[in-house]
Amino acid sequence: MTPGTDGGGPGFEYRQELAGREIPRSRHGSRTPGWDEPADLEKDPAEVPDRALVDVPPELRAEIEEAMSRYPDRHSAALPALRAAQDHHGWCSPQAILEAACVMRVTPGYLTSVATFYDMFELEPAGEHTVYVCTNITCSLRGADELYDLLEAAVNGESDITLRRFECLGACDIAPMVSVDHVYYGPLGEVDAKRLVGDLRAGREPIPELALALRATAASELPQEQT
Amino acid sequence: MSAAGKPLLLADIDEPGLNDIAVYERRGGYKALRKALAMTQDAVIAELEASGLRGRGGAGFPAGRKASFLPKGDMDKYLVCNADESEPGTFKDRELMQKSPHMLIEGIVIAAHAGGANHAFIYIRGEYEEQARILDAAIAQARAAGYIGRRILGSELSLSLVLHRGAGAYICGEETGLLDSLEGKRGNPRLKPPFPALQGLYQGPTLINNVETLMTMPHIINMGGKNYAKLGVSGSSGTKVVSVSGHVQRPGNYEIELGIPSRQIIFDLAGGPPPGRKVKLWFPGGSSAPVLTAQDLDVPYDFDSLAKAGSMLGSGAIIVIDDQTPVLDIALKTAKFYRHESCGKCTPCREGTNWTVKMLERIEAGDATPMDLDIMASVQEHIIGNCLCVLGDAMAMPIGSMIAKFRDEFEAHIESRQLSSVA
Repeated sequence: MTPGTDGGGPGFEYRQELAGREIPRSRHGSRTPGWDEPADLEKDPAEVPDRALVDVPPELRAEIEEAMSRYPDRHSAALPALRAAQDHHGWCSPQAILEAACVMRVTPGYLTSVATFYDMFELEPAGEHTVYVCTNITCSLRGADELYDLLEAAVNGESDITLRRFECLGACDIAPMVSVDHVYYGPLGEVDAKRLVGDLRAGREPIPELALALRATAASELPQEQT
Repeated sequence: MSAAGKPLLLADIDEPGLNDIAVYERRGGYKALRKALAMTQDAVIAELEASGLRGRGGAGFPAGRKASFLPKGDMDKYLVCNADESEPGTFKDRELMQKSPHMLIEGIVIAAHAGGANHAFIYIRGEYEEQARILDAAIAQARAAGYIGRRILGSELSLSLVLHRGAGAYICGEETGLLDSLEGKRGNPRLKPPFPALQGLYQGPTLINNVETLMTMPHIINMGGKNYAKLGVSGSSGTKVVSVSGHVQRPGNYEIELGIPSRQIIFDLAGGPPPGRKVKLWFPGGSSAPVLTAQDLDVPYDFDSLAKAGSMLGSGAIIVIDDQTPVLDIALKTAKFYRHESCGKCTPCREGTNWTVKMLERIEAGDATPMDLDIMASVQEHIIGNCLCVLGDAMAMPIGSMIAKFRDEFEAHIESRQLSSVA
């Protein structure tokens, strides 16, 4: 296969093959996509984008410039810049990366190398809502894999909701749990899975009573000791 | 709270509006900061050393000594709060930051004073968006109140504080991976030495502490290092917030005095496994800790006792697994996690985690022989100590311990699969 012809970036086929079954990885199972694919020696590496040729939306430019001003070294703004570009474009598309690179004065290749490292950057077009399902040890002990299947059935292959398995989200006290557009909810039962998707599609806050923010500390709910 | 002693970090945790600076101050907040700023830098370090506080992030390094490693002098020095809590089973920092963000900020300014740092960063994992919003608001309040900024409360200390959000990578909780990520790169760990205390962020001296470690510092300043050291046991002083999850009836965060029997945490506080089920194995310190079994339930929960029992306190996350769960499932979940999170820089980790998953899948599919268990155990041995960071070790230790302690179960599984395929 010629690199770059599938339009989906490194490891595209493998990610598709695993979609829904596994947490997406590159073919050989590490965070270095593309090392097992031949380099295109005909192609020159992209340079720092020309300011005159790239049209960056003013809000995006302002957000990235604000992020750069926060750090002693502007390169530190790579993650906030990619996040801003992703929020703006819906995913880390080549155009989104190009625009971020143009403002940051780095090559698109540099930002691509960063974006491919982190799980929260969407390298494929993503839906309007993202739902992360934690399928790590504790959550799977309490039914996360079954929860994922239920959610998958409820989403029913439509592209408005991007459903992803995720590594430990740090909320094992509410296992099995989900992060809906980066807000935590749990523990979810069978009914909640269906309601979650329904609520999202109806434009309501999903399963509001299961929001993590509402919970008291476990220690405060201990049965009163006899004195 | 007799089982747990008197809580420090969780004392006011459910106080409504604690994330607001006015409520926090009314409950005695930022008093420790005033006290610390009136002390010399060396005096603050001396209090931290007297307290015996060991890092709460996983490695358990003495916090006072770490602060003393930063060179003196007039260069830019950095303090980084490691809030990239990603160790499976751990969720203490999440609850602490969400409910008591000002205690963290107070701890950061005290630690910056101890280390002489003038720039501070909180590296929070990207998934914690709600907590990041709360922290951002708290930082703005603290800045307006003069607790962050130039010449804090009239002292010599000036400090900037920036909240930096990660984007989903376990390895960024490793301190040098975190630094690379904070510099805007892929989060690959660095070769050590040089250690971050001498050459860390932007090549400058850098002090890196976990959220809970920093949040303990105001309490140490308030009560005095010697008094803090009276809590807990020798070698593991103080209190610890323990995240208990898995097959227990009341999963959650509990603050304990170090050194109480593990059984008390799992049964008295977290309620033990559901009725009719028994503890089969448990991770005492996150998924990177070698597993312990039901026989180890009386091991005191502190750094040295858990090390003596062949495991570690790690991040203080107990995952309990009951007798109805096959150990193979746990091994596979654990190995897949580390395969996913290996950054790919060092071969033993990148290939070793991948191999381990493949071999466990062979066992599950019934294609393995008992010899494969020996090969898998030897793969684990070849990972340990051979990489830049301990991510590979963090898989090798629990997987190695599962093979050692539950070999019969693995063998029985292999055998039953082979028999069923013959029939």
